[in-house]
Amino acid sequence: MAALDTAVQTRRRGGGALTVLTWFIGLLFFFPVFWMVLTAFKRETDAATDPPKLFFEPTLEQFGNLFDAGAGTYFLNSLFATTVSTLLVLLLAVPAAYALAIRPVKRTKDVLFFFISTKMLPVVAVIVPIYVIAGQIGALDNVWMLIVLYTAMNLPIAVWMMRSFLQEVPTEVLEAAQMDGATLRQNITQVMLPMVAPGLAATALICVIFAWNEFFFAVNLTASQAATVPLFLVGFMTSEGLYWAQLSAAATLASLPVVLAGWAAQKQLVRGLSMGAIK
Amino acid sequence: MSADTATAGPPPAPAVPKKPPAAMSARRQGWRRRAPLMPALIFTIIATQIPFLVTVWYSLNSWNLVNPGSEHFVGLSNYVDVFTDRVFRQAALNTVVITGGCVLIAMALGIGMALLLDRKFLGQSVVRTLMITPFLVMPVAGALIWQTSMLDPAFGIVNYVIGLVGIDPVNWTSSYPLVSVIGALVWQWTPFMTLLVLAGLQSQGRDVLEAAQVDGAGPTRMFRAITLPHLRRYIELGVLLGAIYVVNTFDQIYILTQGGPGTASTNLPFYIYQRAFLGFDIGQAAAMGVVVVIGTIVVATFALRMLFRTFSEET
Repeated sequence: MAALDTAVQTRRRGGGALTVLTWFIGLLFFFPVFWMVLTAFKRETDAATDPPKLFFEPTLEQFGNLFDAGAGTYFLNSLFATTVSTLLVLLLAVPAAYALAIRPVKRTKDVLFFFISTKMLPVVAVIVPIYVIAGQIGALDNVWMLIVLYTAMNLPIAVWMMRSFLQEVPTEVLEAAQMDGATLRQNITQVMLPMVAPGLAATALICVIFAWNEFFFAVNLTASQAATVPLFLVGFMTSEGLYWAQLSAAATLASLPVVLAGWAAQKQLVRGLSMGAIK
Repeated sequence: MSADTATAGPPPAPAVPKKPPAAMSARRQGWRRRAPLMPALIFTIIATQIPFLVTVWYSLNSWNLVNPGSEHFVGLSNYVDVFTDRVFRQAALNTVVITGGCVLIAMALGIGMALLLDRKFLGQSVVRTLMITPFLVMPVAGALIWQTSMLDPAFGIVNYVIGLVGIDPVNWTSSYPLVSVIGALVWQWTPFMTLLVLAGLQSQGRDVLEAAQVDGAGPTRMFRAITLPHLRRYIELGVLLGAIYVVNTFDQIYILTQGGPGTASTNLPFYIYQRAFLGFDIGQAAAMGVVVVIGTIVVATFALRMLFRTFSEET
């Protein structure tokens, strides 16, 4: 009994050290984010200093300046491209997932494999023709071009995710509804969708994250009209180390929507990132 | 990939010379089932496969956007140039180093952090929330913070901290460009791996672990014999998904090093970007894109097989 007690005590003490270690690593990973937010509330004279300043007189000046610097257009473009592309993805993915999950078509596996294989196609392999074609049809610097590309980029993920959620819907429920004379449309909108609403939200979250954060297409295909938030941030690069506080405020504001959404939906995040593989 | 288009397209309707009514309705039934799938499938084929086919066509042409009308068919000469291009080879090597380094380090750290988080302690959910944040921060924003506040030679926090223990300041992005890029990537991807492995740990049956403990298995043995095999699926998934995304890394390189100094940290996406959008050499950039796709298919096939074999030997 005494031996067991010491064992428990040692483990508890070891556990305490492990807890400290866990907190330390967690804070270490969070530190750059903390510093970004902190710097956002500094004056430029407090931002780049040796030694770095932890204490200073906070100011909201930088956030105010952002909108004078024209941040509004970039944020509106990002908001529009993200929202519309996510809606389009869901509109295309839900019926497709229905055909692959509830009443599987022939060669469902092939179709699923095809969808996921397009995610392995490196983006650089298609950027050249996309750029040239966009130039020829006058779609350069057009937010609709980004919307089409973001839809294509997120559709395979959404099909996989929605299929995994739809597979959990008990078929008896759908059959019962059908017996009661529900049409396919009624079956989908009134019976199935309410049951997979959390899955729909998780899928939308993943699409929003990837579309909001996308940079490669945006930097190559847009200029002044359709430029999105990542391009606004990159605009600070030319001025080198001079505007760290301004940059940090922009970076904080740009990251805020996705960070908050991700924090609120941690469980759905895991499932979404694994494309539905992890329940 | 592109080669799968032929097999993965809508299945051709069986050629029945004379259609009895039953077969007719079966066919109609088949199309009704397929109909909801078609918009997504057709859209994906148009948006991904057609541009790739156009890339293949461009790669057989010499075409510089700066000289309108310079386009002419040159056969495989772009490919000859690509394979004799020293920078292309270096970019390929850098891509492997960056992807392999980032995925392996992030996975190792992710497993460690997931094991630490999979215990009951004060503030467990707070630490998990802090931990996943780097993955949620916009990659461009994260890379800019690393480039300025963290790694700046004069005012960066990293140099300040190593200065406290007496190490001279380091010009990170120019002296150690690959290390800087991999560091920023590991920071972003470790949370992703942690989340996946943690989900694996939490789906583990407690009863099996308790039974093993009763049978006198130590923690190390339990980890190797029970936990690791159970985590296999999650680790594979993390490595695969991580690799798919990290191979395409562009943001961090664009911001931290611009591929430099020289071409020391240029990876394939960044090099193709330079050739296409700074050099306007459409033919060459397209040929590189095609080579990258073929390389990805080969590597993905082999790497996946090797990974699966290693894991099945261990268990």
